[in-house]
Amino acid sequence: MNRRNEEKLAIGLMRLSLYGVVLILAAIMAVIVVKGFSAMSWSMITQTPKGGFYLGKEGGVANAIVGSIYLAGGATFLSLLISVPLAFALQKEYSSGRLTYYSRLALDVLWGTPSIVYGAFGFIIMMMIGLRSSLLAGIITLALLVTPIMTRAMEEIIRMAPQELKETACALGLTRLESSSTVILRQTIGGLLTAVMLAFSRAIGDAASILFTAGFSDHMPGSLLDPVASLPLAVFFQISTPIVEVQQRAYASALILFIIVLLLSLLSRWIYLKFSQNVIK
Amino acid sequence: MPRRSSLDSLSQVLARIFLLLAVATALLLLVGLFLKSRPILMRVSLWELFSGDSWRPLRGEFGFFPFILSTVVVTLIALLLAVPPCLLAAVYLSEYSSRRLQQSFRPILEVLAAIPSVIYGLWGVLIIVPLTRTVGGWLGHANSGYTLIAGGMVLAIMVVPFIISLSMEVLLAVPAEARLTALALGCTRWETTRHVVVRHAQRGFFAAVLLGFSRAFGETIAVMMVIGNVAKTPRSLFDPAYTLPALIANNYGEMMSIPLYDSAIMLAALILMVIIIAVNLIAHRILGKLEIR
Repeated sequence: MNRRNEEKLAIGLMRLSLYGVVLILAAIMAVIVVKGFSAMSWSMITQTPKGGFYLGKEGGVANAIVGSIYLAGGATFLSLLISVPLAFALQKEYSSGRLTYYSRLALDVLWGTPSIVYGAFGFIIMMMIGLRSSLLAGIITLALLVTPIMTRAMEEIIRMAPQELKETACALGLTRLESSSTVILRQTIGGLLTAVMLAFSRAIGDAASILFTAGFSDHMPGSLLDPVASLPLAVFFQISTPIVEVQQRAYASALILFIIVLLLSLLSRWIYLKFSQNVIK
Repeated sequence: MPRRSSLDSLSQVLARIFLLLAVATALLLLVGLFLKSRPILMRVSLWELFSGDSWRPLRGEFGFFPFILSTVVVTLIALLLAVPPCLLAAVYLSEYSSRRLQQSFRPILEVLAAIPSVIYGLWGVLIIVPLTRTVGGWLGHANSGYTLIAGGMVLAIMVVPFIISLSMEVLLAVPAEARLTALALGCTRWETTRHVVVRHAQRGFFAAVLLGFSRAFGETIAVMMVIGNVAKTPRSLFDPAYTLPALIANNYGEMMSIPLYDSAIMLAALILMVIIIAVNLIAHRILGKLEIR
């Protein structure tokens, strides 16, 4: 085989792979959208489950939609309180030698930890402090899951801010704290907000970590200490039943979740553009 | 002036506290899981736990072999199916495609990576499970569709966006000079790609595959929805299986009433965690050397 033919073959294979991958992923979306739309109704979005909902009678998943937003919102907020300072603390301006090295290592470990392990860990903690499955326990567990993700994304964005900018701030006599909280924050705010959105969309889609920490309920979320429904778990429970009408609802619930995730990623792009106006290139 | 500098020193202290917090959380997680799984480790030897293939909590038999085997096999199937096309696609995107295609692919990958696993699981139930049932029937392996191979296929699709975007980052880190030099020496584009770019990227690809492995190894819901969850050592790809994450997810509601049961489940979490940490640290070390994070 001469070199031209080999190249042609290789390109053919690569194109085939790329199109294959795209095709399969498009097929997934098509199935979810088509199946979901045919099972969708207004009552799915606006109503909570009525009696006999899991036997195919009246109702919807409004409680799960609201529950998911509470869970993901609470977790994102909690994780924001830790991630922002931590992301700045990891920069070399605040470097503490060994400690920085070990906390990077720890973050790598936490970043890779699967959500089911966070679920189990959250469950141990719940048992220890005598908390039962609740919105609060779900929020805490999800916050554990998304904090490493948010921190890593933010740390990278801050590190990528132009060195000259940091040096200029320093030359003007700003302390590390002042330059971080004014110049660098302004420069990176668009990126930081996309990190927040990333964490939110991870939190809203995760099922394994809240399976036993958030529990499930058929009512709108009430207090922080009550169990709360969530969309991923609604999909999971609905598809696990043998009743066809209920399985149909799983398709509709999955479509709702899919649309939320899609909207979040669009919103995140918009926020990035909107808040990147003060960026100095 | 003193106020400004003391505020700054205060921020240094705070930074240390937050760094410590990260370390403490990781330690707490590991120590907590270890302490919880100690009761069973004290009673039964590790060898017995890992090689035993009978899982009967009521009789006090906790053999992890079927779960470990299922998890490893399902992950390997996923990688076997996903890695070759992913690497080829990544090389094409970075070396051959137009800038526009490359740019437009990035957000698509991001969205795909953000799709919740329960949606992939649902798709698996709708498409992969019936497919497995039919194909298995043709091949003379009658099955319910909820099998090891179905789990592997769903997982393969889930790691695709992850592996492609990591491999593209690796390829981007290959210095442009290396490509230009090869081209200047008269290599064709393909020769440059094959002998220079891919060679440069080899270690990075390996790290991407490792991270894909750890991602797949810990995946819970999607796999659990299609794999059948039968606690027996699978004999063929068309047998139902039961992965470690699914074991945890299916049991930790009811485990409190049976002695050692909760400890066994926590041990499953610990095994999962230790394997994933080991794989991840190797991958991060490689990526760190290549200055990709």
